[in-house]
Amino acid sequence: MKKLIGMVALALAMTFAAGTASAADKLKVGFIYIGPIGDHGWTYAHDQGRLMIEEALGDQVETVYVENVPEGPDAERAIERLARDGAGLIFTTSFGYMDPTIKVAKRFPDVKFEHATGYKQSENVASYNARFHEGRYVIGQIAAQMSESGIAGYIASFPIPEVVMGINAFILGAQTINPDFKLKVVWVNTWFDPGKEADAAKVLIGQGADIITQHTDSTAPLQIAEEEGVLGFGQASDMIHFAPKAQLTAIIDEWGPYYVERAQAILDGTWETANSWTGMSAGTVVMAPYTNMPDDVAAMAADTAAKIASGELNPFAGPVYKQDGTLAVPEGEVMDDGTLAGINWYVQGVDDTLPE
Amino acid sequence: MEALEAVILTIITASTPLLLAATGELVTERSGVLNLGVEGMMIMGAVCSFAAAYTTGSALLGILVGLYAGVATSMLFAFLTQTLMTSQVATGLSLTLLGLGLSGLIGEGFTGLPGVKLESIHIPLLTDIPFIGPILFGQDILVYVSLALIAAVSYVLFHTRIGLVINAVGNNHHSAHALGYGVIRVRYACIGFGGACSGLAGAYLALAYTPQWIENMSAGRGWIALALVVFSTWLPGRLLIGAYLFGTVWIMGLYVQGLGVGIPSQLLSSLPYLVTIVVLVVISGNRSLIRVNTPAMIGQPFAPER
Repeated sequence: MKKLIGMVALALAMTFAAGTASAADKLKVGFIYIGPIGDHGWTYAHDQGRLMIEEALGDQVETVYVENVPEGPDAERAIERLARDGAGLIFTTSFGYMDPTIKVAKRFPDVKFEHATGYKQSENVASYNARFHEGRYVIGQIAAQMSESGIAGYIASFPIPEVVMGINAFILGAQTINPDFKLKVVWVNTWFDPGKEADAAKVLIGQGADIITQHTDSTAPLQIAEEEGVLGFGQASDMIHFAPKAQLTAIIDEWGPYYVERAQAILDGTWETANSWTGMSAGTVVMAPYTNMPDDVAAMAADTAAKIASGELNPFAGPVYKQDGTLAVPEGEVMDDGTLAGINWYVQGVDDTLPE
Repeated sequence: MEALEAVILTIITASTPLLLAATGELVTERSGVLNLGVEGMMIMGAVCSFAAAYTTGSALLGILVGLYAGVATSMLFAFLTQTLMTSQVATGLSLTLLGLGLSGLIGEGFTGLPGVKLESIHIPLLTDIPFIGPILFGQDILVYVSLALIAAVSYVLFHTRIGLVINAVGNNHHSAHALGYGVIRVRYACIGFGGACSGLAGAYLALAYTPQWIENMSAGRGWIALALVVFSTWLPGRLLIGAYLFGTVWIMGLYVQGLGVGIPSQLLSSLPYLVTIVVLVVISGNRSLIRVNTPAMIGQPFAPER
């Protein structure tokens, strides 16, 4: 009997040894997504990045993902699960995964973590983000050119710096064209609820907005814009198929190059924690083709985007005034990244009170 | 006036899926069955109606397929809970999970495709009346169906023999059985009706609310419908009030924000839940009435003695 148990144990040990050996050959890269990969927005864009890793690194990697993971305790479980299952690199792709990521990372010092859009790092947690606000500055300019009512509607998710800086960049861009441009903001308190996003779009259009833009993840607001005959912008990926007559352009997230670079760093053994925040200059933020607008507006937008990419133009160059009129950035200076990353106030011209 | 009209139209759109799903669940619960799978049946209705409408180009066919998808999903629940006598709560929850997963699988090839929109009806002259025309006579067919259904349910439950049987089964299945009514059969039918209504609610989401298929697009509306049924104390009239109240506060929250009024958006987002609960609790202050209307057998399995 003892012999039998011994043999079983040996067999088990061998199986496990074999299992770990083959797993060690390949780097397992895990992804945690806030929405479904079919949202054609935020999560879709990250998943395109995941596919790019597979394409670029082929047999050296294996990727896995978990979609629809709510922010909060569930996230911690999902991240831990990936780490236990042998992932060597885990990307957690929503702001609310920040604390869970840091927590799990402490328990798995050998696993590398990358958290998107947050501000906390540690030994084995890097954070990365894209300067979407650069794109929002461009679409703000387009909005002010194309709007007849001079009012745009902005569907926002949660009052976090990421979203607030987008709203600010949009209105700063719009003000360069029309200093009196108005922006109405509706907070829907969700990243993904097509019905509620659509409701918000309808309400905003009813209140006179003829440009709809969003910082939520579904295509619904743009579709409402198409239906109601107003204009709008795609979010996170090109949404022209949903709104061939309404989409002016879209801010496209290109995570792929960064993902490939970081996975390669693990393979080479050169991975280090970092705080990466790249934008148009690095090709992380890309504008979709300019459509449904006159040539001169398209040329202006392309010119602005080129200037931002070359560093000639900074959306948060002074003078920048806060909503209450105080000067935040004096003329001749630009807002530093630290201030920008934690921004929790509106610039002048936003017709809304920022939720606490 | 135009802004008000737009708001009212949006409220109707937001309330209709809740009303549809809740109407079905009310009947199911009246027969003594608690089906927590509303969300799952709704999302199955959404994906199947979208697929059918997209493939054939006919929104009406889409509605029909959505309805059947809801019934088919509910029949799985009925078989498990009524024939195999599994726990209703556990089975209902699994039905939601199954629906969300399966709909994602079915819908994989349909994400990101432009949908078929269920057109609003247009009656010459009537629809053209300013303000009341578009609101009363310019809705899509499912809005009228939802209102007709709740009226029909109210009539059937309280004025017909069928209604008496459903209530009897829900209040005391042993007595109903002793009187010769097929408890399991009645429950199968009521679960199926609940499935049909949830399927219609799903079809409304995928064809009228936001004409497209996106995973998870029901975004918790099934759960809201379930809560509405309880807070309406199983009375159809109050359910109608509850669903529209919820929709109104939901849209007004967005509207007030658009005006730039400084109320915290988190409060506005939770307000529909709070207001609906408070109002329904206040109007159902009569406790004996609640006791009379609560299906006594809710959630309990029935095994006919052989």
